[in-house]
Amino acid sequence: MVDIDDLVFTYGSGGFQLRVPKLALARGERLAIVGPSGSGKTTLLNLIAGILTPDSGQILVDGAAVTGLGEAARRRLRASHIGFVFQDFALLDYLSARQNILYPYRITPALSLTPEVRARAQVLAAACGIGDKLDRHPAALSQGEKQRVAICRALVTQPKLILSDEATGNLDPDSKARILDLLFEQAAAAGAAVLAVTHDHELLPRFERVLDFAQYRQEAPV
Amino acid sequence: MNAMFLAYAYLRYHWARSVILVIVAALILFVPMATQTLLSSSEKRLVARGEATPLLLGSRGSKLDLTMAALYFSDDRPDPVAMRDVETIWDSGLGMPIPVHTAFASSGFRIIGTSLDYFDFRDLHLAQGRDLAVLGEAVIGANVAKTLAKGLGDTLVSSPENLFDLDGVYPLEMPIVGVLEATNTPDDEAIFVDIKTAWVIQGIGHGHENVVTAADLSAGTPALANAAVVQYQRITPENIDSFHFHGSQDDFPTTAVIVVPNDRRSGTILKGRYLDAEGATQLVAPAGVIKGLVGRIFRIKALLDAVTAIIALAALAAIGLAVFLSYRLRAAEIATAIKLGARRGMVVRLLAAETMTLLVIATALAAAGGALLARNSDTWVAWLVSLGV
Repeated sequence: MVDIDDLVFTYGSGGFQLRVPKLALARGERLAIVGPSGSGKTTLLNLIAGILTPDSGQILVDGAAVTGLGEAARRRLRASHIGFVFQDFALLDYLSARQNILYPYRITPALSLTPEVRARAQVLAAACGIGDKLDRHPAALSQGEKQRVAICRALVTQPKLILSDEATGNLDPDSKARILDLLFEQAAAAGAAVLAVTHDHELLPRFERVLDFAQYRQEAPV
Repeated sequence: MNAMFLAYAYLRYHWARSVILVIVAALILFVPMATQTLLSSSEKRLVARGEATPLLLGSRGSKLDLTMAALYFSDDRPDPVAMRDVETIWDSGLGMPIPVHTAFASSGFRIIGTSLDYFDFRDLHLAQGRDLAVLGEAVIGANVAKTLAKGLGDTLVSSPENLFDLDGVYPLEMPIVGVLEATNTPDDEAIFVDIKTAWVIQGIGHGHENVVTAADLSAGTPALANAAVVQYQRITPENIDSFHFHGSQDDFPTTAVIVVPNDRRSGTILKGRYLDAEGATQLVAPAGVIKGLVGRIFRIKALLDAVTAIIALAALAAIGLAVFLSYRLRAAEIATAIKLGARRGMVVRLLAAETMTLLVIATALAAAGGALLARNSDTWVAWLVSLGV
């Protein structure tokens, strides 16, 4: 699903560099990335999503060379192939849970909001246990419920890849496992691979593979 | 469409902020428009009243005071002119004089002592009742009737001008015999009486019990007129015959005299007769006086416009700051949208849709206010003018 070769990304300040010689994520695979803060975990997610562009190297997502695409094509790829789950949920306070789930369809012409999409959102929400809370705004939801809404938003576009950035970081210990299991369950149902950045070592056994990222960060050559 | 959906959702959710921004923007748009409309209506109204009054005779002094007192029934008190000046105009055969006596008030409204010619001259029509017929009667303007909740059969009492003036100005109770149709002019705010009634209020004319009774005559008691003699404060069919005036009517006062010349030539001749700077009276053309006043008002308007522009700029800057801070607060939302595949143009479109929605609502609100103001400006200006005099 994701293939990275000789990736080099230099930070604008601080004189550090991210170097990833080789990284591959198979279809449907669940890969955890661990490492100290500042080791470039979130940067890697942004590079894969095409939000950042590397100095050199190649990133393939579902066979498409992200590094060779223009800005518009990267946006389209991101909207149609990748689902994001964030630590802070990144829900919009002024939209109901239902409209938060459908938000990707409101902001990009690459996706069309159809009755089928609305039905899919409803089914996803029911599967995530928030089917009866779709008309509530985020302020009226618990932390766990908010993250369920965020998971639904990441999955509603039927992406092939889920990028999860500390998705359980703001949840209590009981909820963490439940939410991660839910994410895996729904991703598996959609046939999506999961690439998750996490600090939570208790959750690592749930992943198929764990990658320590400390090795990829180094001082940039002068 | 999606940008509008999100903009509407945002504005609805943050309704208090949206309402404040809409109100402020609407006020910025409305205030200059309202000022312009009101001033324009005021100018028209003031000038129209002035132009509808060809000439005004009064004692020499401030032309503006004279005009304001005779046309707008202001509190200004120009020195009175004598009724012989009215007779002089009649005798000249050059025009029709209409005396206007504005010295007294009742319940906050000015009592206008005049002749029946005034009603024809101003084209005033009765909504109820009849014209003045008998000494002591009153016909009231539409706003007087509305404000005081008075109508036919009710009475008004003139306000004593000076409690220590033992010579006269006793309160006189006046029955209301007519209510005028509204004209949106100062006539709506006036209580009209015959000028002789005004003189009764002034103490020049009065009615009282007989000083000498039949019993006195039979007993040979000498006549004694002092404060013990009961003066009438109400004119009734029973006592009206006892009312009388002391002195010559030629000496009786009136605040001013509206002069309606027969034609342009007569007007010119009349003006020529009152050019003597040493004379006790002057004949003024109210239109010129009012235009001078309006000119002054519009010089003030230029200042008002500048102040409005400064306030509008300050308010716009405040709105701009509020919108900018709002966008800063939404930086995380914008970042999320871009991560999920939005282009920056979409974010700009979303923010523009919100701003435009606010501006469209504010403009609609200001336009509605402007339309309401334009439709009622005559009434409101009349009310404002009446407050200012």
